[in-house]
Amino acid sequence: MQTLYNFATGPLLWASFAIFLAGSVWRIYSMIALARKKEMSVYAYMSWGFSFRSIFRWLTPFGTLGWKANPAMTVGTFAFHLCLLLLLLFAPGHAEMWDYNFGLAIWSLPEWLADTLTVVVIACCAFFAFRRLRVPAVRYVTTTHDWAVLLLVFLPFISAFLAKMQLGNTLFMTLLHVLSAEAVLIAIPFTRLSHAIFSPFTRAYMGSEFGGVRHCPDW
Amino acid sequence: MGIADRRIEDGNLMQAVAKLTPEKIKAAYELVTKGEAGARLSTYYQSCMRCGMCAQACHFSISHPDDPSYTPVGKMDQTMWKLIRQKGEVTPDEVYGMAQIAYTECNMCKRCVHYCPVGIDTGFITSLVRRFCYRLGVVPTYILDTAHSHSAVMNQMWVKQDEWIDSLIWQEDEARGEFPNLRVPLEKEGAEILYSVIAPEPKFRTQLIYQAAAIMHEAGLDWTMPALPGWDNSDMCMFVGDSEMMGRLKRCHYEMAQRLKVKRIVMGECGHAFRSVYDTGNRWLGFKDWPVPVVHSVEFFWELLTTGKIKIPKKFDKPVTIHDPCNITRGYGLMDKLREVVHMLCDKVVEMSPNREHTICCCAGGGIINCGPPFKSVRVAGNKAKADQLAATGVEYLVAPCHNCHGGLEDIIGHYKLGMHTKFLGDLIYQLMEKTRAE
Ligand code: SF4
Ligand code: SF4
Repeated sequence: MQTLYNFATGPLLWASFAIFLAGSVWRIYSMIALARKKEMSVYAYMSWGFSFRSIFRWLTPFGTLGWKANPAMTVGTFAFHLCLLLLLLFAPGHAEMWDYNFGLAIWSLPEWLADTLTVVVIACCAFFAFRRLRVPAVRYVTTTHDWAVLLLVFLPFISAFLAKMQLGNTLFMTLLHVLSAEAVLIAIPFTRLSHAIFSPFTRAYMGSEFGGVRHCPDW
Repeated sequence: MGIADRRIEDGNLMQAVAKLTPEKIKAAYELVTKGEAGARLSTYYQSCMRCGMCAQACHFSISHPDDPSYTPVGKMDQTMWKLIRQKGEVTPDEVYGMAQIAYTECNMCKRCVHYCPVGIDTGFITSLVRRFCYRLGVVPTYILDTAHSHSAVMNQMWVKQDEWIDSLIWQEDEARGEFPNLRVPLEKEGAEILYSVIAPEPKFRTQLIYQAAAIMHEAGLDWTMPALPGWDNSDMCMFVGDSEMMGRLKRCHYEMAQRLKVKRIVMGECGHAFRSVYDTGNRWLGFKDWPVPVVHSVEFFWELLTTGKIKIPKKFDKPVTIHDPCNITRGYGLMDKLREVVHMLCDKVVEMSPNREHTICCCAGGGIINCGPPFKSVRVAGNKAKADQLAATGVEYLVAPCHNCHGGLEDIIGHYKLGMHTKFLGDLIYQLMEKTRAE
């Protein structure tokens, strides 16, 4: 298992970052090329000012009609994404990865805070799962794909948490953490998780169309 | 739960579906999703999180709180998302349901945009589903007939050339009883203003032409109306998915204005016709700007009132509420001007909540009312949300500067027994203005 672990934290990590980056660039490039070919109006309407106006507005909790109407989802979504990003960048265990794999010295969160954030992410995943099961509007449109990506995103956090708590085989849990996190990276450009790379664009376009053509806010 | 449980019989939907084959369906799917649609469709499909945050946006889902199949994402899931998931391999029966959803259960009002964090435009997706259905001929009978009328006579209501001119002269004649020197100037080259209306005006709302002529006359404007095709600014082709005809109609409208060398086009109180010039028809034609400037009535009346060309000696004294038509507010940002106009006309205004760009749709727009009697109950039941909102204002008069909104609102007012009366801005201005040139 140790050999596998070394492989996972070495070449495999590199490979997954490479696939994530190359895949994302390719997806974004294809999207832009397609828009150029078929939807010149998208180009004509795009505006930096309205794009950022919309993006910042939607990055403000409770700043839009949609966030106000769905308070629990607002808290869940913001908490989830914020903690996820903080952990990805600053989890104590990740400092070693940044240093070892990429030669970057990065500050880390204190252990207790990282643990808390991990629990928050796990709780958010549980909340999302609850919505998929129990909220009719969500349940009605949930597909296997949605469950698969939720599970995929859940795995790195639960395994990190279990490893930290030394529940189960720690090496196994750590390995699971690394492998599933790599799977998430690879999945981002090719699954529903691609909202991570596309939503700045969809938001920017909506903001531009509403601002420039419709002369009204898109929130 | 879902569209299969609420099928409504419609002559053309049934006939057209009977002729479908898997090959035809697949070909239409390929044409729309691969041939015509581009990055927006594929990006929206992948990044819609199926989070259901849009559920509270739509008047259909608010009015049917226990049925998720009416939510914006629920409707996309039963139509375009399903088509993509199954690569266009759906049964004729399923196409029937998709047409019923796209034409009769989504007004393309875009209220859901304000609720979606990702920035998905359900109205746009609905328009693609309609395009797919249209390519298969699966379109509700009544609205298809109006689109055919556009194709045959370049107006929505089968109004013949002589009937159009006759209606204008008839209204001129009527109005001269009140304003002896009034003219409805036809085909006046180089006029400042070209006034264009939708075909239902000469067909059954001719008093609106009378009122417009009276307002133009009182304001002493240099205006004209066209006698030849292109006079109808409405566009049902945009709503059925006949993009080719939509483009021809827009061109015809502008070319008519250019032939007459007018300075600008003023449109009557219509929402969808305005949408077709600023949002859809122009895109199809690749026009970023208008070849001839187009002004909506709300802006035009605002000008007349603020410049004192029309004077209001005494305001309307009963409380009114304002309905913001989506095509001119969420669609074009005229909510402030609309308010200013209403406040210049009425003493007391009670606002609805939500209002302005968050307005709840009348449920007639997007071509739904044009799908005719078989689907009337769908839009009346689907807009209990608006009925509740209207009732909460407690007022008797409702100002709505859009023909479709009038139709839809009057139906819910009747059905839910709200005892309200709808008014166009033109009705109020005509009624309240100082008539210095009247007999
Ligand atoms: S359309 Fe937007 S709000 Fe609705 S489910 Fe999709 S992502 Fe969520
Ligand atoms: S009717 Fe309006 S709010 Fe409802 S789904 Fe269609 S565009 Fe969205």
